[in-house]
Amino acid sequence: MADLRHNFVGIKSPNPFWLASAPPTDKEYNVVRAFKAGWGGAVWKTLGLDPHIVNVGGPRYGAIWGADRRLLGLNNIELITDRPLDVNLQEIKSVKKAWPDRALVTSLMVPCEEPCWEGILRQVEDTECDGVELNFGCPHGMSERGMGAAVGQVPEYIEMVTRWCKDKTRMPVIVKLTPNITDVRYPARAAKAGGADAVSLINTISSIISVDLDQFAPEPTIDGKGTHGGYCGPAVKPIALNMVASIARDAETAGLPISGIGGVTTWRDAAEFLTLGAENVQVCTAAMTYGFKIIEELVEGLEQWMDNAGHPDLDSIHGRALPNVTEWQYLNLNYTAKARIDQDSCIKCGRCHIACEDTSHQAITNMVDGERRFEVIDEECVGCNLCVNVCPVESCITMERLPAGDLDKRTGKDVSPDYGNWTMHPNNPMRDAAE
Amino acid sequence: MVDRYLEDGVIEGRLDSDLYEQNFADAHPPLDPHEALVAADRCYFCYDAPCVTACPTAIDIPKFIRQISTGNLEGSARTIFDQNILGGMCARVCPTETLCEQACVRETAEGQPVQIGLLQRHATDHAMKNNLQFYDPAEDTGKTIAVIGAGPAGLACAHRLAMKGHKVVIHDANPKAGGLNEYGIATYKSVDQFAQHEVDYVTAIGGISIVNDSRLGDNLTIDGLLDEHHAVFLGIGLGGVNALGAETDSDDISVNAVDFIAELRQAEDFAKVAVGRRVMVIGGGMTAIDVGTQARLLGAQDVTIAYRRGRDNMNASSAEQDQSSAKGVNIRHWMQPVEVTKSGSGSLNVKMEFTTLSEGKLTGTGKFETVEVDQLFTAIGQTLAAGEAIGSIAVEHGRIRVDETFRTSNPSVWAGGDCVAGGDDLTVTAVAQGRDAAEAIHAALVT
Ligand SMILES: Cc1cc2nc3c(=O)[nH]c(=O)nc-3n(C[C@H](O)[C@H](O)[C@H](O)COP(=O)(O)OP(=O)(O)OC[C@H]3O[C@@H](n4cnc5c(N)ncnc54)[C@H](O)[C@@H]3O)c2cc1C
Ligand SMILES: Cc1cc2nc3c(=O)[nH]c(=O)nc-3n(C[C@H](O)[C@H](O)[C@H](O)COP(=O)(O)O)c2cc1C
Ligand code: SF4
Ligand code: SF4
Ligand code: SF4
Repeated sequence: MADLRHNFVGIKSPNPFWLASAPPTDKEYNVVRAFKAGWGGAVWKTLGLDPHIVNVGGPRYGAIWGADRRLLGLNNIELITDRPLDVNLQEIKSVKKAWPDRALVTSLMVPCEEPCWEGILRQVEDTECDGVELNFGCPHGMSERGMGAAVGQVPEYIEMVTRWCKDKTRMPVIVKLTPNITDVRYPARAAKAGGADAVSLINTISSIISVDLDQFAPEPTIDGKGTHGGYCGPAVKPIALNMVASIARDAETAGLPISGIGGVTTWRDAAEFLTLGAENVQVCTAAMTYGFKIIEELVEGLEQWMDNAGHPDLDSIHGRALPNVTEWQYLNLNYTAKARIDQDSCIKCGRCHIACEDTSHQAITNMVDGERRFEVIDEECVGCNLCVNVCPVESCITMERLPAGDLDKRTGKDVSPDYGNWTMHPNNPMRDAAE
Repeated sequence: MVDRYLEDGVIEGRLDSDLYEQNFADAHPPLDPHEALVAADRCYFCYDAPCVTACPTAIDIPKFIRQISTGNLEGSARTIFDQNILGGMCARVCPTETLCEQACVRETAEGQPVQIGLLQRHATDHAMKNNLQFYDPAEDTGKTIAVIGAGPAGLACAHRLAMKGHKVVIHDANPKAGGLNEYGIATYKSVDQFAQHEVDYVTAIGGISIVNDSRLGDNLTIDGLLDEHHAVFLGIGLGGVNALGAETDSDDISVNAVDFIAELRQAEDFAKVAVGRRVMVIGGGMTAIDVGTQARLLGAQDVTIAYRRGRDNMNASSAEQDQSSAKGVNIRHWMQPVEVTKSGSGSLNVKMEFTTLSEGKLTGTGKFETVEVDQLFTAIGQTLAAGEAIGSIAVEHGRIRVDETFRTSNPSVWAGGDCVAGGDDLTVTAVAQGRDAAEAIHAALVT
């Protein structure tokens, strides 16, 4: 059986699945239930200074769903913990004591003043938890108070606050990044410069999830008004994966441990994060949707895949997809593929035809010899993959590589056996002088 | 009342009274809003969708389903009614398993078509319950058209003519409009007086008047009608029945299934409809299935449908056959009645001969079985009963001959529905033909 034991910046946990700082980790009762269910660790719901903030008394969440109410994206206007600091600290201490083998990290967000951070760090150390996560990510409510994303969007602040914290505590410091910036490598570099042990990302994405068309107000609607919130859940995974990979590939932050967050719902999502450079993952929405029991599927699914594929431990999958992430200009432009339709599995819905006909390259028939039939016209097919994406039957359309030397009927040229990318392409005005 | 259940003879009240209500409830209850969303989500929004080709009225099915999925039920209903103003009834009675749902690509893919019929009902119910009217008559053309028959063909024709700005007078021989929607369709397919609601919904466009108890052939003639109107449309269905090809010793030995169903459909109290303990139905179409099933639901203990050919030759779809079998009807194949005699106790002895195919032709085998029953139904096809009423209008294969625009041999008379040759005896086909005949009449009158 694959070994899922995990060590993140010195913090040990029996598996790489942690609960992200959010409602599932709001208090002792929840975290104990999570640990009983089998979660490897938890990042406690973000603490702030007293007097604690208050949440709205009306709806805090909004969502988008598939037709059968499968939750695809969640939006929230919740703030950090709305319970007194003392109560949280006592509970953290008691949980850590009862569950020494689980990772327990405390998330923090206090005003951008050194004494504030120093004070709270000392109190957190007393709980004997395993580390702190600096919440520079919350996109709503707190950023208007100069905290959360307001700090996370200014690399200089990140570096400064991280350095304060590293100076004041022996605990590992994880910096949680906001996705609400143009290039996530800058805040990651700042965290590293400030001495961070690791970064975690992503926090939620600024969003308005929907509009109540009767009230003409954003949802969730509080007394006729709404505000932007933070978006998370399955829909944000692609954004999170890209951000994780770009930090992992950045020379300046190479080797900086990453905790991957954003839309992790199944073991497969988690595996994708790990192969793109995350060392562990954190989960919020999936737990909020289905409860803590999903940890069983996450752990068993990951183990099963690793066993089947012959990966003995997490180190053997960590970052494995990174060497294959490249920039567009280095993709091999001589690689040529054509769509192929398996007529036996085709159910003749015509989606491939209309997608290609209306919006792409007019490369799929709808009639052949007076019969309803969908065939790829090699002379027109650019190999774009749109038909594969819209075909409702899995594996009915495949992209087949044309072997080197074969005629590409679209270009009228033989497929080159050589590698050739944009930097070498004759149409590129800035191509390498050497070529 | 169990003793009545077991009593021989043709009697009323075989069941406990509350059982009737249960037995004749909606056969396919409507989808609730969430079920509709889930069902709608299964539609792939096909290009040149095969389901549309398979619908005789060519409803834009992917469009109306997409409108359901986006919460636009009004728009969805309108998409349906644009092509089929009786889309509400069709959603209930169409044998979708041989029409749109058979053609659905998800039937091809996984044997589970999109529930087109139920979705169509979902949208049309919404519009009809809220009496959302989508059509106004065009400016008055000054033309009037007489429509004979207020069945699906006549109603669809009248509605389309009214939309075009013509005035329509419908004459129907029956006391109620609706044709077989009112008098023929199985009770559990059209509950809560749906047929009458639909007549009201369709005629609400205005410009249509219905004269009931008014029969072409009694006081009305084609020529007389053409004196008053610019055109005539015949949607008279099939009034007659084929004769039982067996020797009988009296005329009233068998019951015409269509008449029995009409009696049942008009019954205020199902307990008052008399039915035998042992019932035999001769036939293999939708009518045979419907009368057999409804006889069971009325409390007949033992119902047999006897058909002279095999299962695949039956006009009733396999889904209809299965539903009937599930209600306890016994469907037997390859047998035909040759002699029916009445016993002293009033029961009937039906002598059946087993049949077979010999060189492609149906023949008797010379082997017989005699079955004792209380009631014998014939459901062996209907014929055009109009006879002299349609005057010199040409007939072929026993039905009115029409050209591709549904014009009869009389250039001022059009016809559609069951009464014309070349159809398939379905409600939805009658609607399509009535609608298309109206377009043809309009084109002929205004150009
Ligand atoms: C028992 C039974 C069950 C059926 N079940 C189904 C089903 O489940 N699904 C399906 O799609 N189809 C079904 N059908 C077929 C369907 O009902 C018909 O195809 C459809 O009703 C034909 O419509 P129509 O307008 O042509 O004729 P009809 O519905 O027969 O209407 C004809 C109208 O014309 C009137 N009329 C006739 N002669 C005259 C006259 N001389 N003067 C004035 N008025 C006249 C009649 O009173 C009647 O109202 C069934 C038929 C039967 C008999
Ligand atoms: C209701 C809610 C409250 C949250 N509160 C916090 C918080 O207090 N601190 C924090 O760092 N992140 C918070 N988050 C963000 C999550 O920790 C996580 O980064 C984000 O939801 C993405 O992960 P997911 O897609 O698995 O939900 C919150 C998320 C939700 C849904
Ligand atoms: S999308 Fe797929 S199933 Fe549909 S017609 Fe094209 S190849 Fe066939
Ligand atoms: S009218 Fe009948 S055949 Fe046409 S789509 Fe509706 S249910 Fe299907
Ligand atoms: S064939 Fe089926 S999936 Fe395709 S449009 Fe029609 S109902 Fe939808």
